[in-house]
Amino acid sequence: MNLALAPETLARWQFGITTVYHFLFVPLTISLAALTAGLQTAWVRTENEKYLRATKFWGKLFLINIAMGVVTGIVQEFQFGMNWSDYSRFVGDIFGAPLAFEALIAFFFESTFIGLWIFGWDRLPKKIHLACIWMVSIGTILSAYFILAANSWMQHPVGYRINKAKGRAELTDFWQVLTQNTALAQAFHTLSASFLTGGAFMVGVAAFHLFRKKHIRVMKTSLRLGLVTVVIAGMLIVISGDTLGKVMFKQQPMKMAAAEALWDGQNSAPFSIFAYGDVSKGHNSVELSVPGLLSFLADDNFNSHVPGINDTNKAEQQKYGPGDYRPIIPVTFWAFRWMIGFGMASFAIGLAGLWLTRKKFMLPQHLRVGEDEVPHLVLFRNKPLSAKLGRLYWLVAIWTLAFPLIANSWGWIFTEMGRQPWVVYGVLQTRHAVSPGVSQTEVLISVITFTALYAVLAVVEVKLLAKYVKAGPPELTDADLNPPTKIGGDSRDADKPMAFSY
Amino acid sequence: MELHDVWFVLIAVLWIGYFFLEGFDFGVGILTKLLARDRPEKRVLINTIGPVWDGNEVWLLTAGGATFAAFPEWYATLFSGFYLPLLVILVCLIVRGVAFEYRAKRPEENWQRNWENAIFWTSLVPAFLWGVAFGNIVRGVKIDKNFEYVGTLWDLLNPYALLGGLVTLTLFTFHGAVFTALKTVGDIRERARKLALWVGLVTAALALVFLLWTQIDSGDGKSLVAMIVAVAALVAALAANQAGREGWSFALSGVTILAAVAMLFLSLFPNVMPSSLNADWSLTVSNASSSPYTLKIMTWLAAIATPLVMLYQGWTYWVFRKRIGTQHIAETAH
Repeated sequence: MNLALAPETLARWQFGITTVYHFLFVPLTISLAALTAGLQTAWVRTENEKYLRATKFWGKLFLINIAMGVVTGIVQEFQFGMNWSDYSRFVGDIFGAPLAFEALIAFFFESTFIGLWIFGWDRLPKKIHLACIWMVSIGTILSAYFILAANSWMQHPVGYRINKAKGRAELTDFWQVLTQNTALAQAFHTLSASFLTGGAFMVGVAAFHLFRKKHIRVMKTSLRLGLVTVVIAGMLIVISGDTLGKVMFKQQPMKMAAAEALWDGQNSAPFSIFAYGDVSKGHNSVELSVPGLLSFLADDNFNSHVPGINDTNKAEQQKYGPGDYRPIIPVTFWAFRWMIGFGMASFAIGLAGLWLTRKKFMLPQHLRVGEDEVPHLVLFRNKPLSAKLGRLYWLVAIWTLAFPLIANSWGWIFTEMGRQPWVVYGVLQTRHAVSPGVSQTEVLISVITFTALYAVLAVVEVKLLAKYVKAGPPELTDADLNPPTKIGGDSRDADKPMAFSY
Repeated sequence: MELHDVWFVLIAVLWIGYFFLEGFDFGVGILTKLLARDRPEKRVLINTIGPVWDGNEVWLLTAGGATFAAFPEWYATLFSGFYLPLLVILVCLIVRGVAFEYRAKRPEENWQRNWENAIFWTSLVPAFLWGVAFGNIVRGVKIDKNFEYVGTLWDLLNPYALLGGLVTLTLFTFHGAVFTALKTVGDIRERARKLALWVGLVTAALALVFLLWTQIDSGDGKSLVAMIVAVAALVAALAANQAGREGWSFALSGVTILAAVAMLFLSLFPNVMPSSLNADWSLTVSNASSSPYTLKIMTWLAAIATPLVMLYQGWTYWVFRKRIGTQHIAETAH
C-alpha cells in the first residue's frame, strides 16, 4: 500500500490537523474567559462604564471563539475510538479516566455556565451573573488540566502496570497520573502560553483601534490589560518552559536531542540556533550555536553531559529491541525553534509596549495624556518615538496577535512528533495503536471531510471575528445599566424583549 | 452487584440523560421547519433551547468519556466499528453548535437562512442515526474474536436498526413539540400542541412495533416491564397534551425516553455489544470493562459529580423558566 496514504499515516494526519486546529481556539478560550471575567469584575466593583463596554466587546469575541473550541473538542474525544481503537483498548483503563473527569467536571461546568452567562444578562442579578463567567473560567482551566494530565501520561507513563493476561496497561495510582511532575510542568507551561495568546490578542485588537484613534477609552484599558498579561505570561512561559525542558531531558532524552539536532552526546553541549544536517548520515553540515547553553537548559550546569540522537537511538534499541527510535529530526528541530521564536517575539513586543505606553513613571508632564487620548509612545524620558517608528510599533503590535497562535501550534507539533515513534513513550508505538478494522477509504473520507469542514469554518469564524473587532465596543442600553435584582428576571414588564437572543 | 454492573447502569443513565435532554433540543431543531411559520417564530423556537443545548450535549461527551474509562473495549469496538455513521453525527454536531452561536451574528437574510437550514438538518440526522446505532448495538453486529467489527456499512442499515432510527426521530420530535408547548406563549404554543398529537400518534405506532420486536428478540421479564412503562407513558403524555397539561405531558414524554432506553439496556445486559457471528465473541460487562481500581475511582467521581451536575443544570432551567413568545425577540438583537 502506498505509505503516504496508509491508514496509519492518514490517521496521524487527522489527529495532527484536528489537534492543531482545536488548539487555535483553546488558549484563546481559556485566557479570554478569565480576562473577560476580570473586566466584568472591574465593572461590578467600580461601576465605571468603560469596563462594562469592554466586557461586552471581549465577551462577544470570546463567544465566537469558544463556539469553535467546543465543537472541535467533540472530535478530539471520539477520534481515539474511531482511528486509534488499539490505543483505546490498550490504555483505556488509564487514559479514559482523566477524560471522563474532564467531561463530568469541566465540560458540564463550562457549558452550563456559559449558557447562563450569555442569556443571563436580564435574568440574573449582577453578582450572580458575574459568578457565572468565573465558573466558565474555572471550567476551562480544569478542563485543560485533566487533558494535559492525560497527555503527560503519554509523554511519561506513571502509576500503571502491564497486565499481560489482558494485554493492556492498567491504572495503579490515579493520583500519581494527575500530579506527576510532567503534568504539573506541562499544565503550567500550557496555561502560561494560553494567557500569552489571549494577552497578545487583546494587544493586537486594541492596537488596531488605537492606531485608528477609535474607541480610545475602552481600548486603552484593554491594551494595558493585554500588555500586562503578555508580560506576566511571557515570564511564566520562560520559567515553565525551562522546568519542562529539564523534565523532558530526564524523561525523553531523544526528544531533547532531536530538538537540538545534537547527533552525538557531549559534555558542555551547545544550544543550536541554526542547523542543516543529513539525517541518513547522522550529522549536521552547517551549524550555528551557543556553547554550553543546552547543558545548562537541560541540567542547570554548563558542563553536563547531554546524550545525542545516535547514542540514545542505540540505547533504546538495546532496551526495546531493533528499530529506529528517532523522530523526524528536521520537524522536531524547527518546531522547537518556531515555538520559542514566535512566543518570545510576542513577549518582547509586550515588554516594549508596556514601557512605551507607560502612564507616569519616568514620563514628563507634557507627555502624559487624558482618558480619551491615545498614549504617546515614549522611548526615553522626554523623547517620544518618531512618527514613523510609532506607526511601526502599532503595526507590529497588531500583528503580534498571531504570534502566540503560531508558537502554540509548533509547540504541540514538537512535543507530539518529538515523541515518535511512541504514542505512549516506551510502552506503545504509534503503529500499534491504529484501528485495525478501519479501512483506508474510511479514514480518507474522514480526513477529507474534517479538513474541508475546518477550512470552511475557519473562514466563517475569522470573518465574523473581524466584523466584531471592527465594530468596536457596543453602546450601553438601559437594560445593561439596570440589571435585574431577582433570579429569573424582574417581572416589571412581561412582554419586554430579552436582552440577548439567538 | 459488581462494579462493572454498576457502570453498565451508569452508562445507561448517561445515555438516558443525553436522549432526555438533547432529545428535546433535537426535536426543537426539527420543529424550526415543521412548526415555525416565519423568522420570528423560528427564533422563538431556537431561543427556548438557547441557554441549555450546550449543557445537554455534554451528556454525550460524558457518556463517551465514561465508556472509554469504564469499558475501553466497548468504546474501541463501537466507535471504530460504526465509523462512518459516527463521522456523520460528529459533523452534524459541529455544524449545529456553530449554527446556534453564529446564526444571529449577522443580519443578512441569506446568512440566517443558511444557518437555520443547518439547524434543521443537523438536528434531524443525529436524531435518526442514534436510533440506528442503538438498534444495531442491541441486535448484535458482526464482531470477530478480537472484538473487531468486521461487517460493512450496509450491515448497519438493516430494517430493525432503521426502524429504531425512525423511533428516535419521531420520539425526539414529539418530545420537542411538548417542550415547545411548555416553553412558549401565543399562537405557536397552540400549534405545538396540535402537532404533538400527530407526531405522538406516529411515534406510538412505530415505538410499539420496535419495542415489541426488541422484546421478542432479546427481552426478558424486566425489559417487558420497561416496555410497558414506555408505552403507557407515551399514551399518558398524549392524553396530558390533549388536556392542556403541558408540564405533565413533557415529564411523561421524558419517562417514555427513560423507559425505552432502559428497556434497550435491559435487553442488552450482560452484553454491551453482542456479536452476531458467535456468542463467545460478544463484548460483555466483564470482558469489556476496566480494572476494578479504575472503576472504583470512576464510581467515586460519578457519585460526587453527577448529583452536582443535575443540581446546577436543573437550576439553569429554573432561571430560564419564563415562556417565550415572538414579542420577546428584539428586532436588532444579535
